[in-house]
Amino acid sequence: MSVELSLDGAAAPPMQNGELVFEAPWQGRAFGIARGMAERGVYAWDDFRDRLIAEIDAYDRSAEALVRSGGVAPEFRYYEHFLRALETLLVERAIIARGELHARVHAFEERPHGHDHDHGHDHDHDDDHDH
Amino acid sequence: MDDHSAPAIRAEAIESLLIEKGLISAADVDTVVERYNDRIGPLNGARVVARAWRDPAFKRALLADGTAAIAEFAFEGGQTEKLVVVENTDRVHNVVVCTLCSCYPWAVLGLPPRWYKDPAYRSRIVREPRRVLREFGLHLADDVEIRVWDSSAEVRYMVLPQRPASATRDDEAELTARVTRDSMIGVEVLR
Repeated sequence: MSVELSLDGAAAPPMQNGELVFEAPWQGRAFGIARGMAERGVYAWDDFRDRLIAEIDAYDRSAEALVRSGGVAPEFRYYEHFLRALETLLVERAIIARGELHARVHAFEERPHGHDHDHGHDHDHDDDHDH
Repeated sequence: MDDHSAPAIRAEAIESLLIEKGLISAADVDTVVERYNDRIGPLNGARVVARAWRDPAFKRALLADGTAAIAEFAFEGGQTEKLVVVENTDRVHNVVVCTLCSCYPWAVLGLPPRWYKDPAYRSRIVREPRRVLREFGLHLADDVEIRVWDSSAEVRYMVLPQRPASATRDDEAELTARVTRDSMIGVEVLR
């Protein structure tokens, strides 16, 4: 791994982290859903954690393999793995069917630009995913 | 699944479906986000550390059973994992990691910083802790033993940093303000 450690926040005041807890609103929503569902007993937090570990392990392995073969590992985006872990768990538990999730994502993608949001979501995703 | 769709849209789709199924409400999600965004943070841990610096009996209790010792603070968050507090001394420096994902003592430190979750930190702090700590600006003497604690689903670690020699006034608020998040993860020593 050749990723350099970020050194900012070293002298962060104790109240805040010295950085945003969530870098985009969707990350907070994903965390709030995953944690909120566990708190309501829909699943155990450790069940979510197991999927998160699997997601991160898959990234680590593929990144290492890429670097070994002379390539460059894609940037590690924690909350994208977090979101995939959540999707995996919800589908595995049949809480959400894969098909209905696809359909809903597709429907949202088809919305005209500048549509209304229901509860304050932002469009902060533009710099946070691969095209 | 929809890996090529923007994560913001995928998260919104999940939330809307769960709301329709009556499994969670937008307000529930708001509550969790607000709690971790605004209220649970390193200040909690700083209060615990400052108390331990001033109160030897509390410090003994904290090192013996972290979970029980912090109960009196009534931190929110519903964390049920066991908290283990490890003490830095002149001879031993402790540092915390979660090699598998992002386990972290939420109740006392909030959510982890970005670098804590980074593959570089997760793998390198175990292999070459002295060098990684140097990259954080922390130069430890060669005779200081470094202990790396790997967090897990069951156990979350917090470092009890040494009280800085410059903190001479025995004022709880003042001492609390001296404690940084990074000193409680173990990548900083308070001077």
